[in-house]
Amino acid sequence: MFDGFIQWLGNLSLMFSSAKWASLGDHLGLIFSGLGITIVASVLALALALVLGIVFGVLSASNWKPLRAVARVYVEFFQNTPLMLQVVFLGFGLPIVWPQFNAVPVLMVGVIGVGIYHGAYISEAVRAGIQSISKGQLEASLSQGMSYVQAMRHVVIPQALTVVLPPLTNQAVNLIKNTSVLLYIGAFDLMYQAKSIQAANYNPGPVYLVAMVLYFCLCYPLAFLAKRLEDRAEAAQGGGQA
Amino acid sequence: MIELIKVNKSFGSNHVLKDIDLTVPTGQKLVIIGPSGSGKSTMIRCMNMLEKPTSGRVVIDGAELTAHKAPIAQVRQSVAMVFQQFNLYPHKTVLENLTLAPIVVQGVSKEEAEDSGMAFLTRVGLREKAGEYPAQLSGGQQQRVAIARALNMHPKILLFDEPTSALDPEMIQEVLDVIVGLAEEGITMVVVTHEMGFAREAADRVVFIDEGRILEDGTPQHFFEDAQHERTKLFLSKILR
Ligand SMILES: Nc1ncnc2c1ncn2[C@@H]1O[C@H](COP(=O)(O)OP(=O)(O)O)[C@@H](O)[C@H]1O
Ligand SMILES: [Mg+2]
Repeated sequence: MFDGFIQWLGNLSLMFSSAKWASLGDHLGLIFSGLGITIVASVLALALALVLGIVFGVLSASNWKPLRAVARVYVEFFQNTPLMLQVVFLGFGLPIVWPQFNAVPVLMVGVIGVGIYHGAYISEAVRAGIQSISKGQLEASLSQGMSYVQAMRHVVIPQALTVVLPPLTNQAVNLIKNTSVLLYIGAFDLMYQAKSIQAANYNPGPVYLVAMVLYFCLCYPLAFLAKRLEDRAEAAQGGGQA
Repeated sequence: MIELIKVNKSFGSNHVLKDIDLTVPTGQKLVIIGPSGSGKSTMIRCMNMLEKPTSGRVVIDGAELTAHKAPIAQVRQSVAMVFQQFNLYPHKTVLENLTLAPIVVQGVSKEEAEDSGMAFLTRVGLREKAGEYPAQLSGGQQQRVAIARALNMHPKILLFDEPTSALDPEMIQEVLDVIVGLAEEGITMVVVTHEMGFAREAADRVVFIDEGRILEDGTPQHFFEDAQHERTKLFLSKILR
């Protein structure tokens, strides 16, 4: 057993040998261009996800059955099929039935896929946030002559935001990690670059370790923020909001 | 003037309002009394269409709210409602609670809305609370703010749905005093309440409703001393005991 441990240590030091690190050093430029693509894809996909999430979240909290049904289909479909499959379908399936889609850059295909997927989750967070605001708030606004849209904008959504912000931030973290599926459609993101450098040089140790650290640096500040927002929302509730 | 004409309201198979005919002339102070679950809230909420009648007509100052494409939001600007649970906007200060709807709905300037808002806050005795948030106020103070919020729309009609029922006993009077003060003016008021003292003191007219039907309709004196129906007498004997 002790021998086994020694052998394992040996393998570990081989995996992270200076030669392996050096072969990573040669490709650092690619790693950082991958990081850049991952950041751009995350920002664009988050923007798309927020727009979809707010629109469909408001729809699924509305009283209008047909709109609610549309929102339900969207949410259930994208929450209950794998993201990887959705992205691969967009990248390779859709162009077959709709050739014009080939003209869309690969990065955008990834952004659309990830954005739609997380839009479904954000929509659920937004719906839950709106429904957590008492019905009396909407009624008071309507009774003062506000339209449904005015009531949402000035009264319901500002309050729902406090409730929605922590889960929204968590979604942003998941979204950043999930942009790694762009690998499968060849979008030159961080995951793609890490995997191809690793394949060419057989240095998975340093490459994947560095990639992980970079993903962590993107995600952890957001996760930290989510925790802070959650604490604050809890404190506000404990403070006896009417 | 408020007119309910043959108003029926059902929730599913629960027939809550049954052929309600009621006209409230301009300036009248109407008190609605009835057992819990008799349909009082549903009836008063039909007056500003927070509940849509299943059948029948609701007409406010000649505008038929039950008509197709009726200008409901516009009419609501002159029909203010005060709720049992206050329903103040918790993310807004007291003064902002008063100015929000005048600004976004009526297009009043911020200065004007704040000036009249401060005047109404003074009137309900809460001038010094203008900058605080509703959660920092007692229940009685919150309900007075809600009344000031209603007044800042400069409404022609005020609807109160059990405005003191959610309050601790020691706070009921301060809110009733404000409502009695309003009753001395020309504004039309409809008040759902269990406060019999208030009904005697401030009402021109008392309507008693039971199981979705109007059983008594007359002066406070008629209601308290000369009720026609056994059910009314039973109710009175319980509540006045
Ligand atoms: N939104 C609603 N959905 C279903 N039933 C309701 C609703 N509002 C009121 N009801 C029912 O209508 C009846 C009358 O209620 P309500 O008008 O609130 O009575 P009151 O105000 O006199 O206590 C009750 O049986 C109540 O359960
Ligand atoms: Mg009621």
